[in-house]
Amino acid sequence: MSEVTAQEHKQSKWSMVGKDPYTMPLEDIDLSHPGIWQANEFLPFLERLRNEEPIHYCKDSAVGPYWSVLKYNDIMQVETNPDVYSSEPTIGIVDTFEELTLPSFIAMDRPKHDEQRRIAQPVVAPANLKNLEVLIRERVGKILDGLPLEEEFDWVSSVSIELTTQMLATLFDFPFDDRYKLTYWSDMATSIPGGGLANSQQERLEAIQECLAYFTRLWNERVNAEPGFDLVSMLAHGEATRDMPPEEFLGNLLLLIVGGNDTTRNSISGGVVALNENPGEYEKLRNDHSLIPNMVSEIVRWQTPLAYMRRTATQDTDLSGTQIKAGDKVIMWYVSGNRDEEVIDRPNDFWIDRPNARHHLSFGFGIHRCMGNRLAEMQLRILWEEIVTRFNFVEVVGEPQRVYSSFIKGYTYLPVVLHGKD
Amino acid sequence: MVQILFIDHDGSEHKVDAKPGSTVMLAAVTNGVPGIDADCGGSCSCATCHVFVHGEWLEKVGQMNPTEEAMLSLSPDRKENSRLSCQIPVTEDLDGLVVTTPEFQF
Repeated sequence: MSEVTAQEHKQSKWSMVGKDPYTMPLEDIDLSHPGIWQANEFLPFLERLRNEEPIHYCKDSAVGPYWSVLKYNDIMQVETNPDVYSSEPTIGIVDTFEELTLPSFIAMDRPKHDEQRRIAQPVVAPANLKNLEVLIRERVGKILDGLPLEEEFDWVSSVSIELTTQMLATLFDFPFDDRYKLTYWSDMATSIPGGGLANSQQERLEAIQECLAYFTRLWNERVNAEPGFDLVSMLAHGEATRDMPPEEFLGNLLLLIVGGNDTTRNSISGGVVALNENPGEYEKLRNDHSLIPNMVSEIVRWQTPLAYMRRTATQDTDLSGTQIKAGDKVIMWYVSGNRDEEVIDRPNDFWIDRPNARHHLSFGFGIHRCMGNRLAEMQLRILWEEIVTRFNFVEVVGEPQRVYSSFIKGYTYLPVVLHGKD
Repeated sequence: MVQILFIDHDGSEHKVDAKPGSTVMLAAVTNGVPGIDADCGGSCSCATCHVFVHGEWLEKVGQMNPTEEAMLSLSPDRKENSRLSCQIPVTEDLDGLVVTTPEFQF
């Protein structure tokens, strides 16, 4: 990571990095600052809050006051009451400026959310994915066969980013040679200016403009062609989406790009980290490849690639005895619910044959549940099926570097060495 | 005990005995019937326990609540006899119930 972020850590009065999670006043705990996430120091803060104040009010932070919901069942309460806990105006912790906000259905309530989601959903439905499996396996194999043996390289750029970028290009039927633009736009869309990627808000906006122009061209080509099974064509021909204003089109596109980019990418890296930290589990995998589908769910829980989703209370309400006021920001920390020992057995263990492994919060629940969850699982399953037939060990040989974000929970760099099968 | 027949999309049959007071989803999961994921554990918030209810049974399994309707309405595989099996309580009246599981849960 760049020095900009390292400096920001030290300079920001909001950073919790280096503070003792167990002795600092509860009311001063602020999970929103990216510092502890990049420094990988977040778990004890979550544990203390779960035990001592599972619905916690942070009265002052760089992003204003907000509620944190830490326990699995309380998060489910929020998830399943979308009329009380609205996804508008945004699902991010930072209040958005209207002129910079791109509308997309992840940040819409019913009925508009449902109408727009229904258009995009079939492209990532299992029936459609089945047709893509052969192509995905072929592309995964090609990527893995191009990797060096017994030589250090960065897993994030060579595998995690490469694979998810190729998948996005496939889903959008995006010109393959230009596919890196998709990753660039996605990264810019979620970046914090000064956080290492975008140097300024201006630079960020220029990237988003470029994305809009590119996709507008694709839209115009496809709206006049026969309907296809790619996402752009589906949006251009869908009854509820074909007349959408350009910023809404872009917002929904960016949602699908971001949704399929960081999340899968970081689960791909996270699986390697988890197996290296748990050599006994890696041994189980070597001995029994049929554990892969279950392991995929466990990776997605263990990594929790999106740490939270935000809701905004539409009315005064009671959440497990805590009074929430209309307009309050409510953050559902999936990353904490996924470690809640009241619901998840041995939650801190990475356990590839965990019973009931699908029962985790990483995809969310309710009407906003991750639309691409089956695609993500399929990509991870195919990847690991192809890894175990080629390599005996994907060995992590240095400290992973993590994303400067309290939302995107992932890796920017993961040095590995591949060891072939004897 | 109440007997429920689950038929896979490819036609294979699984007959199970369910306890009144349980749900059709739990009857499947506790008896190892394939094709039901039930990711959310029965709180009507994921739609991965989707089933198609056969013939006259559709009336007997009762009405959908708005939450189930909301979840099912987002499913591309929804049909007129679609239900979420976690929202169908097992009662004596359902002895002999027949449901088909979809090829994919989503």
